[in-house]
Amino acid sequence: MIDILNAITLLANYIIVPSLAYGSQLALGALGITLVYAVLRFSNFAHGEMMSFGTMISIFTIWLFQSAGISIHPLPTALLAIPVSIMITIMLLLILDRTVFRYYQAQRVQPVTFMIVSVGVMFFLAGLIRFFIGTSKKNFADGERFIIKASEFKQITGLAEGVSIRTTQAITVIVTLVLVTAVFWFLNKTRTGKSMRAFSDNEDLALLSGIKPERVIIITWMLVGALAAVAGTLYGLDKGYKPFVYLQLVLPIFAAAIIGGVGNPIGAVIGGYVIAFSEAFITFAYKRFFTYLLPEEWAPEGLVQMLSTEYKFAVSFVLLVIVLLVRPTGLFRGKTL
Amino acid sequence: MTFFEGIGMHAGYGASMILNGCSISVDKGQIAVIVGPNGAGKSTAMKALFGMLPLREGSVFSDGRDITQLRPEQRVLLGMGYVPQTNNVFPSMTVLENLEMGGFVRRDDLSQTISEIFDLFPILKTKQNQAAGELSGGQRQQVAVARAMMTKPNILMLDEPTAGVSPIVMDELFDRIIDIANTGVAILMVEQNAKQALQIADIGYVLVQGENKFKGAGTALLNNPEVRQAFLGG
Amino acid sequence: MKLSIPSSSRKAVLLFALMLGALALVGVFQSWNLMLAILNLCLISAIMALGVNLQWGYAGLFNAGIMGFAALGGLAAMLVSKAPIMGAWQAGGFGVLLGVIIWIMSGILAYLIWLRFKGRRRYWYVIIIAGAGYILSRFVLDPAILRIESFEPASSGYLGGAGLPVLLSWGVGGILAGCVAFIIGKITLGLRSDYLAIATLGISEIVIFMFKNEDWLTRGVKNVTGIPRPVPYEIDLQSTIWFQDITDSVGMNVMQASSLFVKLCYTSLFLGVLLMLLWLCERALNSPWGRMMRAIRDNETAASAMGKNVTSRHLQIFVIGSAIVGIAGAMLVTLDGQFNPSIYHPLRFTFLIWVMVVVGGSGNNFGAILGGFIVWFFWIEAETIGNMLVYIITLPLSEGSALKEHFLSTAPQLRLLIMGLVLLLFLRFSPRGLIPERISNKA
Ligand SMILES: Nc1ncnc2c1ncn2[C@@H]1O[C@H](COP(=O)(O)OP(=O)(O)OP(=O)(O)O)[C@@H](O)[C@H]1O
Ligand SMILES: [Mg+2]
Repeated sequence: MIDILNAITLLANYIIVPSLAYGSQLALGALGITLVYAVLRFSNFAHGEMMSFGTMISIFTIWLFQSAGISIHPLPTALLAIPVSIMITIMLLLILDRTVFRYYQAQRVQPVTFMIVSVGVMFFLAGLIRFFIGTSKKNFADGERFIIKASEFKQITGLAEGVSIRTTQAITVIVTLVLVTAVFWFLNKTRTGKSMRAFSDNEDLALLSGIKPERVIIITWMLVGALAAVAGTLYGLDKGYKPFVYLQLVLPIFAAAIIGGVGNPIGAVIGGYVIAFSEAFITFAYKRFFTYLLPEEWAPEGLVQMLSTEYKFAVSFVLLVIVLLVRPTGLFRGKTL
Repeated sequence: MTFFEGIGMHAGYGASMILNGCSISVDKGQIAVIVGPNGAGKSTAMKALFGMLPLREGSVFSDGRDITQLRPEQRVLLGMGYVPQTNNVFPSMTVLENLEMGGFVRRDDLSQTISEIFDLFPILKTKQNQAAGELSGGQRQQVAVARAMMTKPNILMLDEPTAGVSPIVMDELFDRIIDIANTGVAILMVEQNAKQALQIADIGYVLVQGENKFKGAGTALLNNPEVRQAFLGG
Repeated sequence: MKLSIPSSSRKAVLLFALMLGALALVGVFQSWNLMLAILNLCLISAIMALGVNLQWGYAGLFNAGIMGFAALGGLAAMLVSKAPIMGAWQAGGFGVLLGVIIWIMSGILAYLIWLRFKGRRRYWYVIIIAGAGYILSRFVLDPAILRIESFEPASSGYLGGAGLPVLLSWGVGGILAGCVAFIIGKITLGLRSDYLAIATLGISEIVIFMFKNEDWLTRGVKNVTGIPRPVPYEIDLQSTIWFQDITDSVGMNVMQASSLFVKLCYTSLFLGVLLMLLWLCERALNSPWGRMMRAIRDNETAASAMGKNVTSRHLQIFVIGSAIVGIAGAMLVTLDGQFNPSIYHPLRFTFLIWVMVVVGGSGNNFGAILGGFIVWFFWIEAETIGNMLVYIITLPLSEGSALKEHFLSTAPQLRLLIMGLVLLLFLRFSPRGLIPERISNKA
């Protein structure tokens, strides 16, 4: 019995807790990509760099606060910085909309042209970010590190395995919950949100109904900016900020959005968690898990790992390919924004 | 001068001219029906009247005012409603939300209008929380008409409202349209089911290659042997 | 058919002349050695741009994973040319082969099952078979890989290659890249256009991850150096009598001359490949096949309505384009003489090629080549420009201030920003590029 509890605790510690946090970050990212896709109708490759930009602003703000001696111990200063980061990221996106995207919107260019434009923006932003903050890794999580440490957990429960929950993980999940709820409330309950969905559903009819496209597009970029800033900051808070990682993050985020059914926000959020949990389940080394569950003489010799951790990005790719093969419309087809 | 009219309209897409001086008019409480072969430019005429296609010649008047230069949204504010031939609902939104979007330009309370519309189309009330894309063809057309009614228009333009619905539903839809006209709305309608439509029409237009071929009271057209021969299948 | 620059584009000739002039300036003012080094990479870039232009310019396909195909070509160069390491083969060769056989068998089995069954069930069967095959293969592969990697890890630790002439690998690289492109294309073409982009982006990342981690195959980040050359070595030349005689008679330093000579050998090889591919691409472009390709690009719906099988045409061109990128990738590794998976950055190997195609003129092979030259040249020189810019901007900052230090250290990143800007500006203000596509007289 104890062994079973130990095995479950092991999974909770190494799979469930981290995946909830990582999944939340992916979910926020995928939601941002989905909004752009649903309203502006293109796959925004620059989204990862937009997240990175938001994170950079957060870091600068944190440094500013820290040097001014402002903190909200035991919570990380990042929570204070996020609103600032959201504002500035939104400003950036609105500027990009004005200077870059709007022109193509008006031309009604093919999605693929839009995609290249977004790739151009991606590299422009990447250069900008690295120029300002450099390329080295930055940890900016301060405050109390753990909500519960593995050792404390062991002491309380008397188990051999412990669950540790880092503050950043808990904050990630809570903030995501709040933000996703807010976005869905906005889309489904407010006049403006509904007009966004209407625009996404049927652009011409939305025009006929007196919905102003410029307004819808601006609101969309504002939402996307907020989501990107928060998603990026949470990811950096949890794992440390390395600018080039955000380029690689685009893949699992796209995979999440596609698995969920492109243009479907609920699907995107679920897709984020699907990716995160699959990555964890597939790259987890089950040796100890089986040692608890199997009789001693059956205990495995190797790590019992399906795929080594370096390949975690491959997991999202394989999932993506499977979905494209089996059900190209994604798990939750039909219902867009 | 009639309440709503387009005079001598010329319009087209790019180099190809579709409308070659057609004129359409309709008064309050009247039903005007446009019939004609496929590709005659019926939908194009509707778009031109609604400002979705710039006129190269001619003009559009509403209530004595020249609205030729107004954009579609502005015409909505003036009390015009338009139901396109295709893609005329927001498929992933609920029936209720479709109605709300129809009344988007209105800043006042919509609930009164919505309940009036539900009285007119009772089936929509029972389906109000269902996505419009999941409804049957006839129900979807009702949503489309209802959406356009949300601004309480005094001119309602319908492009083939009965396309793809069964004869029974068609009769019902026509009844509703007559109800709407009886409240004093000017109705301009394009129809494939020419005989039935002309029966309820106060004025009928036969459009061929972007020109008025025939014009007259609905019953008069129905009885005109030439029209019968060429456009009503004998 | 003879290769001719169209008379209509005098501008093209002028631009090419300017480009060569710029290279000559580098030769005169910096050094001819540097000039040839730049030229060689210009040629390779031009070939990659040619491949991408085929995909984007002819067919409107967005390949976001050029890097991966170039790396596959690079792998081929290494695998073909390096001598096999017998000890490693003895240690684990059998296991690896067995593992690969298991993969192939389970693949075939899964395919047969796929054909045999219908409906939902077959997904599960296929997943089970693939999973079982994978797990089984791991049982034989893992210990074999371990043994290979622990065989003289300091000098080898991998299986080595086939020990064949390196020139052969250029073709093999093309085939390898083409095969991977076939699989990706088969899955994603015919679906929405952005799926191809996302899938290629994904596969390229994964290919690089694999090369960095599968040490038994690639030696991972330990690099494989000393890839045999298709051209003479400088050292050998310097001790060759006829070469000494020539340099003496011209009055050149033997050391310098040998290095120039080697680079020139590469130049002529690369130029040969480029001209051959250009000739093929031009022929293809002007054939009925090419015209149809462009017809499809310009109006996919109309073309498919005319009964043209759009998806399979796209697949053809996607595979060919990727294969060309693979060839260029193999050439690059041959030139470098080493295979190092860490050099593959999406910026350098995907994005830059895109800039080349867009700047040069998508849909025009000469444009793509010109783009390859100009953008590579600019890329090299942009570093100096970026540094200069930062130097000027930071002049007001006091000497040795932390901020100044910081910006001077991140100055190289400006290249990215500049290239992003160049791409955006071209897309906006000159979307047809420097040498626009010739408007064909469509049949
Ligand atoms: N957006 C467009 N661009 C170019 N040509 C168009 C466009 N829409 C319609 N046309 C052309 O204009 C002509 C008239 O089309 P229109 O839709 O007005 O016909 P219609 O009378 O409504 O026909 P139907 O009975 O089939 O609805 C047709 O030849 C059509 O091909
Ligand atoms: Mg029509």
